[in-house]
Amino acid sequence: MNKHLRKHETDLLWRDREDVAVLTFNLNGETFAIDATVVQEILDLLPETRVPGAKAFLGGVINFRGKVIPLADIRLAFGMEAGETTIDSRIIVVQLDIEGEPCLVGIRTDKVYEVTTLAQASSEPPPSVGMRWRADFIDCLVKRNGEFIIVPNLKKIFSVDVTPTGMFFTG
Amino acid sequence: MNLMDPVQVFRMEAAELFVVIEEGLLDLLGDLSNQAQIDAVFRGLHTLKGSGAMFGFEALAAFTHHCETAFDRVRKGEVPATAELVAAVLEAQDHMKALVDTPNGDHEATGNGLLAKLQAAVGAKAAQGCVVAAPLPAAVASISTTAAPAATRWRLRFRLPVNAMANGTNPLGLLDELAELGDCTIKAETSAIPSLDAIEPDDLHIGWTVELTTTQPQPRAAIEDVFIFVMDDMEMVLEEVSSAPTPAVAPTSVALPLAEAAPSEPARAVNTAPAIADAKQTKPAAENVRVPAERLDELMDRVGELVIAQSRLSQLAGVSADIQLRSVSEDVERLSGELRDTMMVLRMVPVGSLFGRFRRLVHDLARETGKEIELVTEGETTEVDKTVIERLADPLVHLVRNSIDHGLEMPEERLASGKARAGRVTLSARQAGGEVIITIRDDGRGIDRERVRAKAEASGLIQPGQMLLDQELLQLILQPGFSTAAQITSLSGRGVGMDVVKKTVEALRGVIDMHSTPGEGSEISLRIPLTLAIIDGLLVRVGTGSYVIPLSAVEECLELSAEEDLRSRGRSFISLRDHLVPFLRLRELFRTGTPPDRYQKMVVISTGNERVGLVVDQIIGDHQTVIKAMSKLHHDVVTFSGATILGDGNVALILDVTHLVTVGQQQEAQLRAAG
Repeated sequence: MNKHLRKHETDLLWRDREDVAVLTFNLNGETFAIDATVVQEILDLLPETRVPGAKAFLGGVINFRGKVIPLADIRLAFGMEAGETTIDSRIIVVQLDIEGEPCLVGIRTDKVYEVTTLAQASSEPPPSVGMRWRADFIDCLVKRNGEFIIVPNLKKIFSVDVTPTGMFFTG
Repeated sequence: MNLMDPVQVFRMEAAELFVVIEEGLLDLLGDLSNQAQIDAVFRGLHTLKGSGAMFGFEALAAFTHHCETAFDRVRKGEVPATAELVAAVLEAQDHMKALVDTPNGDHEATGNGLLAKLQAAVGAKAAQGCVVAAPLPAAVASISTTAAPAATRWRLRFRLPVNAMANGTNPLGLLDELAELGDCTIKAETSAIPSLDAIEPDDLHIGWTVELTTTQPQPRAAIEDVFIFVMDDMEMVLEEVSSAPTPAVAPTSVALPLAEAAPSEPARAVNTAPAIADAKQTKPAAENVRVPAERLDELMDRVGELVIAQSRLSQLAGVSADIQLRSVSEDVERLSGELRDTMMVLRMVPVGSLFGRFRRLVHDLARETGKEIELVTEGETTEVDKTVIERLADPLVHLVRNSIDHGLEMPEERLASGKARAGRVTLSARQAGGEVIITIRDDGRGIDRERVRAKAEASGLIQPGQMLLDQELLQLILQPGFSTAAQITSLSGRGVGMDVVKKTVEALRGVIDMHSTPGEGSEISLRIPLTLAIIDGLLVRVGTGSYVIPLSAVEECLELSAEEDLRSRGRSFISLRDHLVPFLRLRELFRTGTPPDRYQKMVVISTGNERVGLVVDQIIGDHQTVIKAMSKLHHDVVTFSGATILGDGNVALILDVTHLVTVGQQQEAQLRAAG
């Protein structure tokens, strides 16, 4: 029962599908994957405008075809280090559903790999202990070619009422 | 272009008719013998019935028919207009609205109840009939003098608009009505009929000449009455030929049955000087175009993009040595500025359209509460962006309800405290700088601060005994879940509403000011920026980032000299023409981590009553700012009201002046507490 409930709450990727097309990318040496259907576009790095006072992982905005959209560094949400940008760095623009409204967000990555297919059979829920990162930000782990691909729970990461940081005077 | 759903078109038309009818009725309440208003209401009801039937709203048509009949009798002077009748029709009108919204709903019972009321209102007087209706003016008088006046002879030429039949006018019906007035000779003018291949079966190309001999007491009015619903669009010349048939025009005035109408001789039409043209015909028609709001918004977006492209062009031209390019760029700048201004005006709507609906609300509330209320509106011509108007409608309803329900006292209570019997609620709007200020003022009992405090403490909004500024205490009313009404009435007191007001106003980047004097009344002002789309801004640089300060808030710019800069460390005040002005160093506030520029500039802005200086590194200049909303994900960042795209494609954030000052004051307080 508990497992069943959990599945419905957090399993965003599979939704009763056997195979799902995903876009894989690299963050600090780890491979991540997101549902390919939410991806709008992959961009080279754009000039970024810092938003003073915003949450650290949502610290900037970019001009995406005349729209001002936030640029997220989900590494910071996970508590990882923000790496240096390289020649391979890209921005993945995804469309998310935030409180019932479509919302565009840019995600900064170190490198974008490919669109590939993941099978639900090889997926597992994130272990509740022994993780370096916040487990609730991870949708599931998928084993492929001997390594684990992390599927982040974007809905959770970008949910509006996440940890009330970003105040001006935290220090 | 997509055609709109005809039912939708009818709903829009009906909504407008309801406004006309309601205004007419409310005006009638003030002056029951106002014939013009009676006619206006009658016309509105009649059109509503007609259009309703045409678009399949049978229940509406049937119901409206009864109201129309009642008003027709009033119009003819058979029954006088009474306050009861007006109230009954007002109530009936709400029912009609329901019939328009849900034509298939179960409205039978309500409808019958209303009709009974209506009958009572008309019937009571009808029993006395037109015989006793002597005190009524003109209309009745003419009926009583039915001593068969001499026959008069009239010549009438008229032509309906080409699309008259498509709009549901039946010209044969009009001719029949004319024939009822007296002996008629009707002739069709067919000269305007196009050739067969160009003919549209629905179009009307025939005009008519009618010679009418009538014994009507007021023939001109009777004839014009036939055309009452089409008069605005038609061409009509009406002239009295002479009292008796004269042989002068006889040879050509041969009666031709309509069906056989042959191409007629147009010569005759010119020989009599067109004596009196109908007054309505010469009235210049107000040219209004109805445009769906989305299309306006689309246009607004395009203009926004154009302004951005234009500022890129200016930037390119600015660094180029090409004189011609510069001159073109200046032209484009001027044109796009004008286009922007025109666009803004298009979106502006007078506040009067918003205030209009409160007359009805107040009328209903007065009945419900038993209070006597006088509604005063001021500054109806103040214009505000249409989006602002739409979004303000509900909050204002809440505020007016609150004023009436909580603020105003019962008549006896008012008399006892030496006030006028009727409470007064004033709605006013005025423009100040880049803001429009909408104020709801009442002369009631004012806000009971003790009760507000007790209530806030009870519901845990504040600590018992917590020190609060008066303004802070009053603002507690706007908190969710707050209501001082001891008992919940049907009007207000559920504690929903006021926090909705606050939310809506804040979403419009507005501010709520409250003032209240116990025993004398309360005043709530909503200060809302005039527009939501494009503003004039001042572009500044702080560290490496560009920011826009709304120009409407900027008072002056000055240089912060090195000595003043040094001297002001630790106190953040400078003396400006003998006034102390606090200031914020945006570089520190935004934690840019960059060393300050050598010559720091200060932009003095005013927010309400406070002046505050913002210290920046560089003032870049004037900037036409197309406001782009911040993403929902950045809603926690209140320092910025939006963002804009600069000429080079970079994003600059727009400072929310009011919030920035608040944040600055908090910081100052923290610093003071710490140090």
